[in-house]
Amino acid sequence: MSEVNGPSERFRLHVNGADREVVDAFAGASLLNVLRDHLGLPAVKGACEQGECGSCSVLLDGTLVCSCLVLAASATGREIVTLEGLTPAAGLSDVQRAFIEEGAVQCGFCTPGLITAVHDLLDRRPDPADADIREALAGNLCRCTGYGRVFAAVRTAAAWRRGEAETH
Amino acid sequence: MGWDAGDIVATMSVTSPDSLDAALAALADNPAAHVLAGGTDMMVELNFGRRSPAPVVSVGRIPELRGIDVDRSARFVRLGAAVTFSEFLASEAASQAPALAQAARTVGSLQIRNAGTFGGNLATCSPAGDTLPVLVALSATVELASRDGRRRVPVEEFMVGPKRSALKPGEIVAGVTVPIIDGWQGFATVGTRNAMVIAVCNAALVVDRHDRSVRLAMGSVGPTILRAPEAESVAARMLFGAEPTSARADLLVEFERRASAAVSPIDDQRSTADYRRHAVGVIARRLLDRASREMP
Repeated sequence: MSEVNGPSERFRLHVNGADREVVDAFAGASLLNVLRDHLGLPAVKGACEQGECGSCSVLLDGTLVCSCLVLAASATGREIVTLEGLTPAAGLSDVQRAFIEEGAVQCGFCTPGLITAVHDLLDRRPDPADADIREALAGNLCRCTGYGRVFAAVRTAAAWRRGEAETH
Repeated sequence: MGWDAGDIVATMSVTSPDSLDAALAALADNPAAHVLAGGTDMMVELNFGRRSPAPVVSVGRIPELRGIDVDRSARFVRLGAAVTFSEFLASEAASQAPALAQAARTVGSLQIRNAGTFGGNLATCSPAGDTLPVLVALSATVELASRDGRRRVPVEEFMVGPKRSALKPGEIVAGVTVPIIDGWQGFATVGTRNAMVIAVCNAALVVDRHDRSVRLAMGSVGPTILRAPEAESVAARMLFGAEPTSARADLLVEFERRASAAVSPIDDQRSTADYRRHAVGVIARRLLDRASREMP
C-alpha cells in the first residue's frame, strides 16, 4: 500500500528507466503536470487536460494512456515511458525519422504524442492497415497537417521495420 | 485550479491499496473518500477544479478487481471492476458478449479505452455511459463490496438517476456479471465522429432465443438507461411470432415509433431532445432490422 498525503509528501516514480523523486507536487496533480513541471520532461505536452487531444500520451506499464488522466501519486511502482525514453541516446527513433522524411510535422505541438502513439501501434501491430492506423491515432488531435503526412509517416516507418531500405 | 492551498493540505491524500480488503478498510475508515479507477472521469474534474480535493482510494491495480472469467457451462462472463475496455476487447470474453464489445470499442480513443474501466463506467453512472445500455439489455448484475460484505444488484436497479447509483458510502463496484445469451445482440450509437464522443444517444438490442424475448435499452435519452417494453413486444412478435414476411416493414416502423415514444430526452449542448427522440428510434429500428436478417 502506498500513501501520499498533502502537497509536501514525497513520492517516487519510475520514469524512462530511472527512479525519480517527486517533491512538493500537489497530491491531486496529474502525471502530465508532474512529468512536465516537476521532472523536466517537455515532450509531454499539456493542452486539453481532459483526454481529448492525446498530446500528453505516455506509456504506462507498456500501455498508451493520456498522462493528464493519470493521478501521479497513484502511479508509484509503475513503469512510465515518455517520448524522451523512446528516443535513442544518440540520433532518433525510426518513427521520428519517418515523421521528418514525410514532412509530418507542422507546428509540432501534437508531434510527441503522435510519435508515442505510433511507437505503441507499430510495437503491437508491425504492419497496420490504413483503418488500423486511423483507429490507433483517433485519440491524437492534429490541427495542422490534416493527417495525410502523418499516415504516410506511419506507413514509411512500418515499411522500414519490414526491412525496406530507408531512402536517405 | 480553484482551491485554496490550505484546503488541499488538509484534505487531499492518495491511498493505493494492494488488496480489495485493504481498499474496503480504507473506505470504511473514510466513507467520504473518492474511489479512483481509470481516472478518465475523475481526473478531468480534478484538472478543472470541478471536484473538491478529498482523500482518494486508488483501486485500479487491485488484482481481485482485474479478473476476466468466462464460464461457458454456467453461461456467464464476469468482469472485475478494474478491467479496462482494452483488456476486455483483447480477451475471449469479448466474443461471448459481442454487443458489449461493440460498445467498448466505441469508448473514447485507444488511450481512453486503455484506462477506462467497467466499474468506473458503472460507478460514474452517466446516462451517456457507453457500456450501460448493453449491460441493461443483457440483464447484467453488478457486484458491490464493502467491509460489511457483498451484494448483487441488477444493473437496472443499480442506476437510480443521472450520475446517481445504488452505491452506499464505503461501498465500491467489485465487478459485473453478464449472461451469455443465445440469439442476437448489437449496439449502435450516434455522435459527431467515431472517436472521442459522448453519445447523442445510443441503444442496445438483445434477442434471447431461449425465452423468445427481446430487450431494447437506450442511453442518453433519459435520466437513466431506459427500456421500451412496448417496442420489445413488437420485436418479439416480429422475430418469434407467426407474422407474415409482408408485415415486416410495418412492424419495423411500429417498433421505431414505440422506441421513440419510450424515451424522455433533454436539450443540451450535444443535441436537442427532438433529435435524440428521432435518432434513437432510427438506430433501434436498424438494430432490429439487422437482428432479423442476421439471426441464425
